[in-house]
Amino acid sequence: MLATQRSISGSSQSPRSPAASQPFLSVSVTDPVKLGNGVQAYISYRVITKQTNFPEYQGPEKIVIRRYSDFVWLRDRLFEKYKGIFIPPIPEKSAVEKFRFSAEFIEMRRQALDVFVNRIASHHELQQSEDLRTFLQADEETMERLRFHETGIFKKKPSDLMQIFKDVQSKVSDVVLGKEKPVEESNPEYEKLKHYIFELENHLAEAQKHAYRLVKRHRELGQSLSDFGKAAKLLGACEGNALGKAFSELGAKSEALSFKLQKEAHQLLMNFEEPLKDYVRAVQSIKATIAERANAFRQQCELAETMKLKEINLDKLMLTRSDKVGEAELEYKELKADSEEATRRFETIVRLMNEEIVRFQEQKTIDMGVAFHEFAKGQARLANSIADAWRSLLPKLESCSPAQ
Amino acid sequence: MMGSENHQDHQYGGSKEEMESLVLDDPPPLNNGGASKSSYSNYRSAMSSLSNTPHPLSSIIVSTTPAPADSDPLLTAPPPFRDLRNPNGADSSAYVDPPSYGDVVFSPLDGETIGEINGVESPSKSSDHSSSYSLSRSSSSSSDYIKITVSNPQKEQESTNSVIPGGNTYVTYLITTRTNIPEFGGSEFGVRRRFRDIVTLSDRLAEAYRGFFIPPRPDKNVVESQVMQKQEFVEQRRVALEKYLRRLAAHPVIKKSDELKVFLQVQGRFPLPMTTDVASRMLDGAAKLPKQLFGESSPVAPHEVVQPAKGGRDLLRLFKELKQSVANDWGGSKPLVGEEDKEFMEKKDHMQELEQQLSNASQHAESLVKAQQDMGETMGELGLAFIKLTKFENEEALFNSQRIRAADMKNVATAAVKASRYYRELNSQTVKHLDTFHEYLGLMLSVKGAFSDRSSALLTVQTLLSELGSLQSRAEKLEVASNKIFGGDKSRTRKLEELNETIRATEDAKNIAIREYERIKENNRSELERLDSERHADFLNMLKGFVHNQVGYAEKIANVWSMVAEETSSYARESS
Repeated sequence: MLATQRSISGSSQSPRSPAASQPFLSVSVTDPVKLGNGVQAYISYRVITKQTNFPEYQGPEKIVIRRYSDFVWLRDRLFEKYKGIFIPPIPEKSAVEKFRFSAEFIEMRRQALDVFVNRIASHHELQQSEDLRTFLQADEETMERLRFHETGIFKKKPSDLMQIFKDVQSKVSDVVLGKEKPVEESNPEYEKLKHYIFELENHLAEAQKHAYRLVKRHRELGQSLSDFGKAAKLLGACEGNALGKAFSELGAKSEALSFKLQKEAHQLLMNFEEPLKDYVRAVQSIKATIAERANAFRQQCELAETMKLKEINLDKLMLTRSDKVGEAELEYKELKADSEEATRRFETIVRLMNEEIVRFQEQKTIDMGVAFHEFAKGQARLANSIADAWRSLLPKLESCSPAQ
Repeated sequence: MMGSENHQDHQYGGSKEEMESLVLDDPPPLNNGGASKSSYSNYRSAMSSLSNTPHPLSSIIVSTTPAPADSDPLLTAPPPFRDLRNPNGADSSAYVDPPSYGDVVFSPLDGETIGEINGVESPSKSSDHSSSYSLSRSSSSSSDYIKITVSNPQKEQESTNSVIPGGNTYVTYLITTRTNIPEFGGSEFGVRRRFRDIVTLSDRLAEAYRGFFIPPRPDKNVVESQVMQKQEFVEQRRVALEKYLRRLAAHPVIKKSDELKVFLQVQGRFPLPMTTDVASRMLDGAAKLPKQLFGESSPVAPHEVVQPAKGGRDLLRLFKELKQSVANDWGGSKPLVGEEDKEFMEKKDHMQELEQQLSNASQHAESLVKAQQDMGETMGELGLAFIKLTKFENEEALFNSQRIRAADMKNVATAAVKASRYYRELNSQTVKHLDTFHEYLGLMLSVKGAFSDRSSALLTVQTLLSELGSLQSRAEKLEVASNKIFGGDKSRTRKLEELNETIRATEDAKNIAIREYERIKENNRSELERLDSERHADFLNMLKGFVHNQVGYAEKIANVWSMVAEETSSYARESS
């Protein structure tokens, strides 16, 4: 049904099956290993770059060791450089779970990181990124250096801080001058999109919450079946004779089913709940892009404003034949260039976003389709096991004559 | 992640109707009767909707047709599973149901009968519902039929001479009996009784049927009667009374008892003597005691011998038996008659073990039911969340990919809602089956009662025997002493005559006590036999029912999901 839905950019393909004609890059994140001790403990992963026809990636296969913060670095860099593109999300930094580092948590994280890198590698623009190359190829020391440089204590670059400062400044001056804040884009379609994204996050979060609960319910049912089974066995031992045997068999089946439930709970977590969580993260990433676009729009407006003022000032100076004209002219020229640059940046974001939203919707339909399929398969499988297990008891029960 | 936490419960409760009104491929959804049960989130909640569902499962065969949705579930008195009240010898007793199980069976009726203390006659359909199973056991033993219904609670005034208006009020219940047993001399009749009458009935039965496994009566619930909502309490009590009376009527011996007959038939005041309370008995006993101690020691009267010392007014006898039991415990001389029946001792141990295991199983059965219910609930909530998402995507769709996704999601959502409903139905049946554990657990109490009847009868025998012994040795001594005096000793002779008189009376009492003890022993034995065979049958039925149910519903659920898996098969990963 979806075969005809591939978009032109080809970026809606599953990351694992790229078309042969296009440049492709296949990466895998594997072998999580716990390193370090106590508070300093962390997980390191092997990142293997296989199958590529990019000239920039020399050699058949490159293996590097990376840790979670390296992935964060990559994501931050991409976010900076490719404004307008929905950067694939990474799994949350979880301070609490990190300490426990349960096998399940490690596996979930590994899977999410693998998906993350592969999504980048199959995005037609992102895959060209130099930062991606660095991430996939640089040696550990270089990576460490870069990582420290980027994620210092303040977790923000000096330019970020300046920007924040400027934002505050402009807000204050706006208020002081009684100027109305530059309004947001008056683009009804874009407004609809924003509304959609924000609402979508709410709905998805709720679905994800219930999915997580469902996992728990599976575990609980499994546990209660196990307990019940044990109790039935004990009762069987106490009763003895045919009835006792019936109870013992019931107990054994119940315990066996308990295992199946635990297994299914795990499958549910990895193949259904996690994709939903991933969906939520993706929507949050879009929200970040929306914020970037708002920023860019504001900058464009502000520069345009300032430019106008400067123009008026320049004309004034020219009329009065002031000797400051030269200086002012230069300033004006600079400002004009900046303004045009800001406009360009904004328009790029708009263009990219329009492409991205199409890609996003298509990708999500596939992702969710897969998740739904796995979910339905799993539930059917579970229900069938349950039916089979209990059914096998019936002949034994029937053969127990009641008058004994 | 987002802020739907606060109204999550609300959403579920409120949108139960949503769920029910979903257009599914199956026949229309079942009527979720009783609006009062919307937003529970605990164990009670699923149970509140369960019994309204008639289940097409006949006793053994699993039907694959969905439940008829158009008929009012309460009117189609379906036989969901087994009738422990079947007059043909179902040995089903239970004592006070702990809250969760009680709610499970009882709360569906809250919606109907709550708030009707002086009102409309509580329809018999609700009583039918509370515990109507039809035994899969054939009624081949006899065609006796007796069906008791408790309904129509009404407030009545105690007619006192008090000046103060609005004196003591109490509640009476209408007890209707339908039977074809000839001894009743009628086929349908009704009386009004109050709870106190039940207590009296129970006590009289306990006296008359020592050694039998008599179903324990409902608790007095003194605290609850003050604390609970009046209507709720009355309803709870009504159900408990009905259960109790039905169990009495199901006991092969007790159902023929005079006490029960009188209770069920005699109009007006319940004529059997009330049990006096402990305090007044002790006072009476204390009054008699001096007489007893200072010589006029009349031996135990025959009608008292056949009852245990503890419940009576004879304090002296109480002390004697207590002394005897201490002597028994601390060794010394071996009692003249002891519990020698090894088979009985083994049986007793077995019963104890059984009780323990039943308790354990009952507990875990409850947890299983809760887990099943939670699963169904969460599945339903998940389905609803996806339905909402589907609607949202469809409304806001700008791209075709969104509509496709919405369609996929809708399939999953409807499947989840269906599965959720199946879980709920499954669970309502499971509850009824696993209730058997609980029933038999209650029965263990009556077993204990019967065994203690036996030991107290034995104690009476032992006490009388030792008393006899000491009386006889006293008589001997007196005789020897008297013979030493030539011509006889008038006072001693008189004393000897009196003593011999006492000895004869005590001898009589002893014989009666021994007869009583033997009778109780025989009752124990026959009841144990009955318990074993009935327990065997009931549990086997329970297991069959439980398993059939699980299979049936698992298959249904599997079908639902297989369809969705099929519909989404185009997304199947190449690797898998």
